[in-house]
Amino acid sequence: MNRMAETAISRRIRVDKLFKALVIILSVSSIVPMFLILFMIVKNGVSVIDWQFISHLPKPVGEAGGGIANAIWGTLILIGLSFVFSVPLGVLGGIFLSEYRESKLAYLIRLSVEILQGIPSIVIGIIAYVWVVMAMGSFSALSGGVALGIMMLPVIVMATEETLKLVPDSLREASLALGVPYSRTIMKVILPAGLSGILSGILLGIARVAGETAPLLFTAFGSPFMNLNILKPINSLPLTIFNYATSPYPDWHALAWGASFVLIAFVLGLNLITKLVTKRWKVQF
Amino acid sequence: MESPILRIENFSAAFGENTVLKNINLSFSRNTLTAIIGPSGCGKTTLIRCINRMHELTPNARVSGKILLDNQNIYDTDPIIVRRQVGMVFQRPNPFPTMSIYDNVVAGYKLNGIKLSKEEMDQTLEESLLRAGLWKEVKDSLHRRGTFLSGGQQQRLCIARALAMHPEILLLDEPTSALDPKSTAHIEELVSELKKTVTIIQVTHNIAQAARVSDSAAFLYLGELVEFGVTEKMFTAPKDKRTDEYLTGRFG
Repeated sequence: MNRMAETAISRRIRVDKLFKALVIILSVSSIVPMFLILFMIVKNGVSVIDWQFISHLPKPVGEAGGGIANAIWGTLILIGLSFVFSVPLGVLGGIFLSEYRESKLAYLIRLSVEILQGIPSIVIGIIAYVWVVMAMGSFSALSGGVALGIMMLPVIVMATEETLKLVPDSLREASLALGVPYSRTIMKVILPAGLSGILSGILLGIARVAGETAPLLFTAFGSPFMNLNILKPINSLPLTIFNYATSPYPDWHALAWGASFVLIAFVLGLNLITKLVTKRWKVQF
Repeated sequence: MESPILRIENFSAAFGENTVLKNINLSFSRNTLTAIIGPSGCGKTTLIRCINRMHELTPNARVSGKILLDNQNIYDTDPIIVRRQVGMVFQRPNPFPTMSIYDNVVAGYKLNGIKLSKEEMDQTLEESLLRAGLWKEVKDSLHRRGTFLSGGQQQRLCIARALAMHPEILLLDEPTSALDPKSTAHIEELVSELKKTVTIIQVTHNIAQAARVSDSAAFLYLGELVEFGVTEKMFTAPKDKRTDEYLTGRFG
């Protein structure tokens, strides 16, 4: 081997090492923002959290204390409504897409779902405003649920389709060969086999919309009172954060941090549960 | 001689433009085992899938002619009814992964919403597993998942599942092609025993297996029925040149 080849090789080895170091440094730095965000929220939020914060209504400006009970209940109600609107539609849509993969209609639906997923949330809020708020004449939890439901729909359709595609055809054949009608085969064999994937799709969908603010600005609107009537305006965690954080009062800023902490804990919790569900209920074929 | 349980008359099948079976005529006697043999792509599997109308799952499937089960054309009967009378076991064992061994065996009842009392259910379970030769091995783990079993045991579980519906005919589509030699021998023993109580039609790639287990054999080639008769006669003195060539391994 001559000298030139030797230097060429040692140069390549150096470049190789540099590249490797770069990959590691950059990938580590990509998780830094997440830890910074978590740190900020925990540092500023945790001091506000106590039982009163979770269970009481907000107090007027200047009065100490007060909580975000209305926002917590509001978020739960909004999630419940969006669940009701999106889960049946989304799961059935996903079943259709995985059953009739090649049909023209399936192609069209798949395309629409992908487009729907790309529509900015504020636009979906406007649509819900026009469809529900204007039609019913008032801001309401219902309209917020519709907006969030539309946002969840593509996540659920896609998760269902992807999961059911993985269920082997041999299972469908096993069931049909026993004389089980098509509908029962879908409901009792195919769906249970894909349950973990569908559930995790639903949970991820909820995690996605739990923090949405924009579509709620002119649908659920927000409310300083405790409200369990879905035809009236309702508060939510993201709306509370938005309103408190943009206010000029320092104690409201503190409340906004607290609400952020609650929201983040909720979303992280959902993600953890999703991981557990996928692991525990996964079906081996 | 007793009238055949199943008769296939002038039967043709096609998927789209592609004709797979051409004018097949066959009859099957009660409680015998018929082997369907022939090279890959000759239409063996299509033929038995037509007997319980499973071929209809393939898009653009068309058939003409008749298949008579107890003198009733199965193409005039709802496929759901046909499939309860004609059970099927597939190439690869396919127990339901979400169900226990118990539920797998009685799946035909549970999935169809047929109500049985606990005693009837237990009785069907034990009887089916006994007939499938699996009872001894699984009787203490009935509530474990069926997918924990070995491949051969899973296949016998699938046979038990089909038998639980008390079918008149049992279709076996190369039931041992995914199994090791020991499990294969076990299944062969099992079908030789089973044919005393149920009519079996078995597709097989394995000529030696056909010779060991079957009473009669049908040789299909390019979608045509070349020869059909008592296995022993056909294997020792085939009438058609193509049968002879196939059996001696010159093609297929």
